[in-house]
Amino acid sequence: MSHWEVVIGLEIHAQLATKSKIFSGSPTAYGAPPNTQADLVDLGFPGVLPVLNQRAVQMAVKFGLAIDATVARRSVFARKNYFYPDLPKGYQISQYELPIVARGSLKVLLDDGAVKTIGITRAHLEEDAGKSLHEGLANATGIDLNRAGTPLLEIVSEPDMRSAKEAVAYMKKIHTLVRYLEICDGNMQEGSFRCDANVSVRPKGQEKFGTRAEIKNLNSFRFVEKAIQYEVARQVELIESGGKVVQETRLYDSDKDETRSMRSKEEANDYRYFPDPDLLPVEIDEPFIAAVRTTLPELPDQKAARFAKDFALSAYDAGVLSASRELGAYFEAVITGVGASHAKLAANWVMGELSSALNRDNVDIGNSKVDPAQLTGLLRRIVDETISGKIAKEVFEAMWSEGKPADAIIEAKGLRQITDAGAIEGVIDAVIAANPAQLADYRSGKDKLFGFFVGQVMKATGGKANPAQLNELLKTKLGGGGNA
Amino acid sequence: MLHNLFIGELAERLTKRQISSVELTRHFLSRIERLNPGLNAFITLTAELALKEAAAADARLAAGETGPLLGIPLIHKDIFCTDGVRTSCGSRMLDNFVAPYDATVVARLKGAGTVMLGKSNMDEFAMGSSNETSYYGPVKNPWDTTKVPGGSSGGSAAATAARLAPFATGTDTGGSIRQPAALTGVTGLKPTYGRVSRFGMIAFASSLDQAGVFTRSAGDAAAVLQVMAGFDARDSTCVDAPVPDYSKALGAPLKGLKIGLLREFFEGLEPRNAALIEDALTIYTGLGAETREVSLPHLPLSVPTYYVVAPAECSSNLSRFDGVRFGYRCKDPKDLMDLYKRSRGEGFGAEVKRRIMTGTYVLSAGYFDAYYLKAQKARRMITDDFRAAFEKVDLVIGPTTPTPAFDIGAKINDPVLMYLNDIYTIGANLAGLPGVSIPCGFVDNLPMGLQLVGPHFAEAKLLNAAHQYQQATDWHRHAPRGYE
Repeated sequence: MSHWEVVIGLEIHAQLATKSKIFSGSPTAYGAPPNTQADLVDLGFPGVLPVLNQRAVQMAVKFGLAIDATVARRSVFARKNYFYPDLPKGYQISQYELPIVARGSLKVLLDDGAVKTIGITRAHLEEDAGKSLHEGLANATGIDLNRAGTPLLEIVSEPDMRSAKEAVAYMKKIHTLVRYLEICDGNMQEGSFRCDANVSVRPKGQEKFGTRAEIKNLNSFRFVEKAIQYEVARQVELIESGGKVVQETRLYDSDKDETRSMRSKEEANDYRYFPDPDLLPVEIDEPFIAAVRTTLPELPDQKAARFAKDFALSAYDAGVLSASRELGAYFEAVITGVGASHAKLAANWVMGELSSALNRDNVDIGNSKVDPAQLTGLLRRIVDETISGKIAKEVFEAMWSEGKPADAIIEAKGLRQITDAGAIEGVIDAVIAANPAQLADYRSGKDKLFGFFVGQVMKATGGKANPAQLNELLKTKLGGGGNA
Repeated sequence: MLHNLFIGELAERLTKRQISSVELTRHFLSRIERLNPGLNAFITLTAELALKEAAAADARLAAGETGPLLGIPLIHKDIFCTDGVRTSCGSRMLDNFVAPYDATVVARLKGAGTVMLGKSNMDEFAMGSSNETSYYGPVKNPWDTTKVPGGSSGGSAAATAARLAPFATGTDTGGSIRQPAALTGVTGLKPTYGRVSRFGMIAFASSLDQAGVFTRSAGDAAAVLQVMAGFDARDSTCVDAPVPDYSKALGAPLKGLKIGLLREFFEGLEPRNAALIEDALTIYTGLGAETREVSLPHLPLSVPTYYVVAPAECSSNLSRFDGVRFGYRCKDPKDLMDLYKRSRGEGFGAEVKRRIMTGTYVLSAGYFDAYYLKAQKARRMITDDFRAAFEKVDLVIGPTTPTPAFDIGAKINDPVLMYLNDIYTIGANLAGLPGVSIPCGFVDNLPMGLQLVGPHFAEAKLLNAAHQYQQATDWHRHAPRGYE
């Protein structure tokens, strides 16, 4: 397997967060009863005509600017013709020869810390199709056209990725970006963000691409990774056993974790693309682009670079903390509270306790049960040594479940750190007195027993003894013996 | 007699309360009842609705309201969607289709207080030049019922000529207003592409289709266009340009008007047809106009160009008629493919199928460049020819058709011969120009048409030139025998 190189390109479909559809006035909200959000235009009734939603164009341009691409001054909608019951007009309005966005790129941070630039061939606007429903219908297929006409931005990458992990990293980065730009809600369960993966393999060193298979409709990062891994293994096995990969469309079955052939190239439709005569070419001028440019937020890479620089964070930490606008904003609010000199502490807490609590309870950061001001309150108590880091975790859990500020919990539970030297000494004396054998061993050179004494003192104080003070005092008290 | 009055005269009597709209409507309904069986000009009669609309118009008139079309009866080509009324487009496919909305043209005319008598017969989906492709049988020419009235708006033309209504709407994709107007001796106006909204007009070839009107005079056409024309946000190809006062423009003298004689139109013209055009030119020079020869070297490409572009667009436009959501559905489909094949196979007639197949072919991979793309280039050259000509002349003049009305059945089995009927009219559609056909005499006791074509949005100039001619002649006042 090691002498094979994997080549992957992704076609990501991001549903644009417009209120109405791309060519009609129907709402795009998810989850309405079937066919209640489809008007005559969406139903493809005789005589109706499409009218382009300007918001969708603005969003596509915004994306183009964010990936440093060429925004086409003139782009053209084309009809992609095929028959399917969920495609009311018998054609999908898409862009073919002249897409609105061309030639951009995106930097992706890989697991090994390297940064890879992935080329983006194009991004074009198109309308989504409806849905066929089979559940609960005996001997019939239902058609729900609520989704028909929903605006999509199809983002087509170059075949620049060399592993399933790279593909996922790229897809995550696009996911981050479209949410930053507020052009897509990124909701993968609802199908707002999904992708097709073009996968091929070739012997390492060979320039010519292998024959590719296209895996359709992957709607989670995990499925993308698993589907590609399965497909790569399938292709390698096929070639090594003397077979040949055929160009085809495949479907990933997540239950069985395998890809299955949907249709081969020979069976593929001839879509008979041609410019849609119902829509004029989209002409975009400089003022329009300039106006969209003013709506660009700080982009993920810019934010990460700023975090790394201003707060002396590692590239990894800065990357994680800028992975979403909300997370970045949360982090910055905490920094404002505790001061930039404690950025590392804030970063550890946001990426650690806070993130795991959010994940555990499946809560968005926007709905976090501990808000930035509350977390700041907790971190201040660590900084001023009212509590130790360890106790702080206990306080955090209580804050999360009870919704109270850190100080209230510290007081109520009596978790204030013991910093009175006399009090700590008293406990140390008691511990030493109770463990003469360990004391003797320690003094005869078993340094490791120092930890035992720390543990005993902490246990006796309920973890509240100031760790630094405890260390100092214990060293003095144990005296003699070890080299500690 | 009421039915020989022009719209302006009728409006005056309605305003002066000399007649009521209900009386006028009853008059035309009784003519229709008596005369239409010999013509088959209607697909659907809406007598009851008409009387209601007439009563409503009378109420408006009684309240002191006036308007050039208030209370005037009309007929809509059955290609325009009419809310609550069957809209068949001349096809079995839509025999059961009751439109759930009004086309913009219908809504505007309704708002102006017109009274709809019914929906006129037409070639199926506007594909034909003789009205013989209608699912509802051929329309007969009132001048000689063994002859065709032309097409595709044959019903509207025949009904206007037979004085079954003061005016009727039509659509013109390759001559479908001007050619039947010529063959039935009425005035037929095809406005500039984009002048009148296409919303609610069932599409045949979207880049060529344009709504217009049949009247018995240019003055009447001006009054109707005034209401039909103007921007509609629901049609992206509708142009947002000011609508001039067309009736006001009718008085302007023609002195100095430069009329171009299209060399390509006169080459090989049948002598009796040529003589009529010569007579018309004599009238025009008498009115102070100047004539000069102009050439459109690429005009001979117009028929083959049209028969690539129009079928290509129609093959896609008609995909929505699939038996799934509306219209004809075959009995007991055994699966999806069967549903598609039989619904379309049984729902469409031979000419429609021929054009869908032609269009599908020219858009197919491997043929697209040779046909569709080449046709687009030819279309551009033809448009440029017209543009160059209009730098030298104000409008161009020529025959509307090569021959007068031909026998029913004479050409229906020879598509190419049939297509050549549109040889003089297609150029204006390809270039998006306004054109008008007015009666200019008779050949073999059948009316012939004089065609005027002008630059984009030159309807006022065109209608004035037609009006001045009609002030100097009485060809437009001739009524077919039995319909006087």
